[in-house]
Amino acid sequence: MNDSDATGRLRPPQLSQTSASGIEVPVKAGPEDIDLSRIGEPGKYPFTRGIFPDGYRGRLWTIRQYSGFGTPEESNERYRFLLDQGQTGLSVALDLPTQCGYDPVDPMARPEIGKVGVSLSNLSEAEILFRGLDLSAISTSFTINGTAAIIYAMYLAVADKQGVPRAKLTGTIQNDILKEYVARGTWIFPVRPSMRLIADSILYSNAVTPRFNPISIAGAHVRDAGATAAEEMAYTLANGLAYVDELRRRGGDVEKFAQRLSFFFYVHMDFFDEVAKFRAGRRLWAQLMKERYGVSDPKAQMFRFGVVCGGSSLVAAQPFNNVVRVAVETMAAVMGGAQSIFTCAFDEAFQIPTEFSAELAVRTQQMIAYESGIGRSVDPLGGSYLVESHTNRMQGEIERVMREIDDYGGVIKAIEDGWLQMRLAERGLERKRRTDSGETVIVGQNHFRRDDQKNDVGELFHLDPRVSARVIEKYQSVLDARNGAEAKATLDKLAAAAAKDDENLMPYLVDCCHAYATVGEMVATLKAQWGEFQEPVRI
Amino acid sequence: MSESSVEQKSSTPLRGKRILVAKPGLDGHDIGAKVVALALRDAGAEVIYTGLRRSPEFIARVAVDEGVDAVGLSILSGSHCELARQVVDELTRRDAADIALFVGGTIPEGDHALLLELGVRAVFTNDMTLDEAIQTLARELR
Repeated sequence: MNDSDATGRLRPPQLSQTSASGIEVPVKAGPEDIDLSRIGEPGKYPFTRGIFPDGYRGRLWTIRQYSGFGTPEESNERYRFLLDQGQTGLSVALDLPTQCGYDPVDPMARPEIGKVGVSLSNLSEAEILFRGLDLSAISTSFTINGTAAIIYAMYLAVADKQGVPRAKLTGTIQNDILKEYVARGTWIFPVRPSMRLIADSILYSNAVTPRFNPISIAGAHVRDAGATAAEEMAYTLANGLAYVDELRRRGGDVEKFAQRLSFFFYVHMDFFDEVAKFRAGRRLWAQLMKERYGVSDPKAQMFRFGVVCGGSSLVAAQPFNNVVRVAVETMAAVMGGAQSIFTCAFDEAFQIPTEFSAELAVRTQQMIAYESGIGRSVDPLGGSYLVESHTNRMQGEIERVMREIDDYGGVIKAIEDGWLQMRLAERGLERKRRTDSGETVIVGQNHFRRDDQKNDVGELFHLDPRVSARVIEKYQSVLDARNGAEAKATLDKLAAAAAKDDENLMPYLVDCCHAYATVGEMVATLKAQWGEFQEPVRI
Repeated sequence: MSESSVEQKSSTPLRGKRILVAKPGLDGHDIGAKVVALALRDAGAEVIYTGLRRSPEFIARVAVDEGVDAVGLSILSGSHCELARQVVDELTRRDAADIALFVGGTIPEGDHALLLELGVRAVFTNDMTLDEAIQTLARELR
């Protein structure tokens, strides 16, 4: 096997002296590098060592695979398959029309129906999606942002239809619009009314579905776009603080709502960067809650997070190598104390996973959970000279990036001006150049590559080409069957409530869902009041 | 490129070219488009970036109005075949089929031939280096 690229262009790799986040890593860490007083105990402030005193002994992380495609019928079948394989929570992927608020018949929607997730345009489709699944027994996570309040309302309406008390519902809506403006792009409304909608849904959820996480503040997408681990955490905590400020402005009690804030990150391949990122972020969030807002309830200081392993760390070259990458990343997530883990399938970099690859991704977590035993003892790397010193350096770097955002004028200004977006694009370019040059090693792609290597993924996933037609047909039949006057009346009430600043819109959205008003109709109603976000294109 | 290459390579092989980088459809993953836009500019091109969520009709109209030499579509949602076809149709409708069309993103190998058949000049995927992409563009736009 050759150490260099087939073209002979790249030098053999050497171990770098800095981590992927650019943090200096010593050849040998020692007692002089750590300060045990900063670490504390598991389950106690500042939670460096985890939020539970018994780690995973009390409760294993949730195995939660992101999944959904085509029609609700097909996705329902995949969910049942995953639950049969021992998955413990659902994670619903929605298609782009649903995420951006277009009904299937819209010309912008048509090419995208059912492609990156399931199409969910109205309550009837949601009833099919959850058919035969007991919503009081499973927790459901929705990766939904621009239309999060609407999809949450729809979930409540399904529960009502199933006769499940709302208070029993568990799950998560991502509902983090700020990072959509920066890296994921499914924004709809301008920043300020979007912040209102998020505050509405969080405050309503705290009251009506107290076991539900109404927001998952996500760094994952900026990370996948090019941010370092430290920047990922810094942007996420900065966004988190912006939500806290908005909720307090709306009269929310931080001791209460902070208990239901959750976070979401990527895990890439630099093992100690990842472990340190989670330990440092958990400590810093607790410190911010206590010192900045005077939060005293430990539950409201706790930094609870889910992760996704894979993403842009997975490559198309020799795709089976991705299985190993995901396993390493999952171990880092466990060492970092994640509450829920989603392992990408090895083919997920370029297609919707097949049943085979989706099952292997679940099995990876199960092997790490039940065969390796690494989760037996809480924070097993705690006290390690290297891990503690790297955690401290990581925290310093996170705080430095947060100060830069503060100096600019805060995240909302940084986003409205396009400053953060431009900064991220520059990071993405730097990362691409480092990969192109071989400075960042990707085995099988820019190093250790054979001319005759196989890059086939094996089985290909095929989306049924009739999905789009079926979705549109069902959509039309729902419009025909519903009481049109009732749907219109609920939309009119929504419009009137949206025109006022102090009305919580959630009850109106739930009413709209019950009347089979569509996602597109609700979004159009709100757009008429608030307008649309104007993307600051600075390139 | 190997150091032994005697041919002096320009650091701005795209000087004088106008290129529209566009995000058609609803896909919000724009980092690839932005990275490419920045790299093309470094390579000497004059770059216009559309921003997110543009219709094929809009993209073709801007391409014609701005008199660009090439349009690069960035698509990661799996809708590349439908969207590329629509952009080709819109360009043809405006007698602008001579504007070179490129597609980049998450494009399965099995779809490359179909895109080329539609009239797309080259397909760029993430495992290509920026240098390779720029050289390909320079060659196609010569």
